[in-house]
Amino acid sequence: MAASDVTAAVGLDARDRARAFLATRHRFGIFEALPWVLAVAAFFVFPDRMAFGSQVLLMVLFALSLDLILGFAGIVSLGHAAFFGLGAYTAALLTLRGGWEEPISGLIVAAAVAAVAGAASGWILLRYRGLTLLVLTLATTIMLQELGNLWRDVTGGYDGLPGLTFTPLLGHFDYDLYGHVNYLYALAVLFVLFMAVRTIVYSPFGQTLAGIRENVARMHAIGSPVHLRLVTVYTIAAAIAGVAGALFTQTNQYVTLGVFDFDNSAGVLVMLILGGAGRLYGAFIGAVIYMVLQDYLSKVSPQYWQFAVGLLLVLTVMFARRGLLGLAEDAMKLFARGKRP
Amino acid sequence: MSATANIIVSILFEGLAYAMFLFIVSVGLSVTMGLMGFVNLAHGAFAMAGGYLVLTAMRSWDVPFFAALALTFVVVGAASVVFERVFYARLYKATELDQVLLTIGLAFMAIATYTYIYGPRPQSIVLPSYLTGQIDIASRTFPAYRVFVIAVGAALTAALWYAFERTNIGAKIRAAVDNRRMAQSIGIDVDRLFTLTFAVGSGLAALGGGLAIDLFGLTPSFAVLYLVFFLLVVAVGGLGSLKGTLAAAILLGVCDTAGKYIYAGAGGFIIYAVAMLILLIKPAGLYGRE
Repeated sequence: MAASDVTAAVGLDARDRARAFLATRHRFGIFEALPWVLAVAAFFVFPDRMAFGSQVLLMVLFALSLDLILGFAGIVSLGHAAFFGLGAYTAALLTLRGGWEEPISGLIVAAAVAAVAGAASGWILLRYRGLTLLVLTLATTIMLQELGNLWRDVTGGYDGLPGLTFTPLLGHFDYDLYGHVNYLYALAVLFVLFMAVRTIVYSPFGQTLAGIRENVARMHAIGSPVHLRLVTVYTIAAAIAGVAGALFTQTNQYVTLGVFDFDNSAGVLVMLILGGAGRLYGAFIGAVIYMVLQDYLSKVSPQYWQFAVGLLLVLTVMFARRGLLGLAEDAMKLFARGKRP
Repeated sequence: MSATANIIVSILFEGLAYAMFLFIVSVGLSVTMGLMGFVNLAHGAFAMAGGYLVLTAMRSWDVPFFAALALTFVVVGAASVVFERVFYARLYKATELDQVLLTIGLAFMAIATYTYIYGPRPQSIVLPSYLTGQIDIASRTFPAYRVFVIAVGAALTAALWYAFERTNIGAKIRAAVDNRRMAQSIGIDVDRLFTLTFAVGSGLAALGGGLAIDLFGLTPSFAVLYLVFFLLVVAVGGLGSLKGTLAAAILLGVCDTAGKYIYAGAGGFIIYAVAMLILLIKPAGLYGRE
């Protein structure tokens, strides 16, 4: 980070300077209100597309959880759908087999289940890196899918579990046909968890994650408990992905083993990379563009959509490695330089 | 022969045929990853493309099966060089994530293109009659096509072993896998070596794809469906190791087949469990270097 942010604090001791630096970063910018204003505006502008809107919001949440581990901690995983799927099935099985139909407590239980899985798998898997880690994360997710298929009687297998019921939100708001309640529900959950993630990444803990991402050897050298930090952030990200999965089940009222598909893990990766990893709002831009394109192109032909995803990925990697937000930043810099010679 | 022995022979035979397919496709991936550390998730797409080329050659151009296999090896191998030069070469020094993303993107585009041309349904070919029957070996009958796949696998293993261990180029490849910088500093052109192995590896993947048509049926999603198994074989075997790739292919192929024979429901599960167990104990694979 730029040293100039801190120079104002000359004369204070190191601890105060560090605090001032973190506080500066944590301050809200005016532009940060924009996505939320747009999300609320979408509620009034597209009242008949709210079922789709809630799907976009939960994918934003899913991409945000991946941003925590990929963008901030630098963990490359090909199996993030594992936690999404665990959350989705927890929410489904709670209502179907457990008779627990209250949605918000369902989210919390889903988060807890995914967090336990994240902690357990992270504790084992995060000792590995490179191809081994990629293969292990990928294999874990497929194993979960195979397990789900093995216990077809409970999980419904690839046919899934349709027609799940939930009690009205907060005991008052019943789900309408157009998904208005679902949209506001997903938006509220996203807002709460986004604030949590934002606090985490700008905290000293978030700083150590950036340190691990940039230079593991040095973090080891200054005595940072690297493995513990990675497992912690992996657990938090798993919990959030679990909430996104539970939201998926609750808003769609069904779930299938497709949630564990490689396409789901790859899709969320594409969203995040497209928007820009490691910058919080990348998840918003990427997920919205991805979902809208998917909605539009899939109707024309599924092949067009798949081709477009592939092309987007190739173009992003070749020409915009920091995502669309990175591109926008570069453009702004050019613009600013033009004004001030 | 007792019933148990019968089942064991069947498992070993089926498993070996599957293992040979895995080996033929994965060996190129293993060597290119070992050379450049390049994570190539589009490798399965080359296998898929190879399968469709065999299909088209046989159906539309009346090319015989063996000639079609040779053709797919040469054509896909040559075409892969274009991809390597245009896309891969730019990302040798990039992060693993960038390589993963680029190659997933290429695989998706390939699947979409082939679905557009051939449709999503599984395709099959008409094999020459001597490959379709049964063959008697030691008072037992085996499906001829699987015997053929095992024979091709064995022949390729021998050829690759010779090329690796006894030729000048093989020695250069081994040197570069061992220590790329050192190999470069003594004048080995590793970039060119990589292009060469990439082409041969992709050609072999295409050959494997052609062989797989009659084993599993060919769909465009072949490109990612089997990719997981190729990656498992490469990771379990150890990057850049011929011996490791072969050992991993046989181990995983036989375990997978055994799982499906013994308990059909858990079939898909066992191969992952075995692979994960090995990787947890030996992260660099059976014959990889830590």
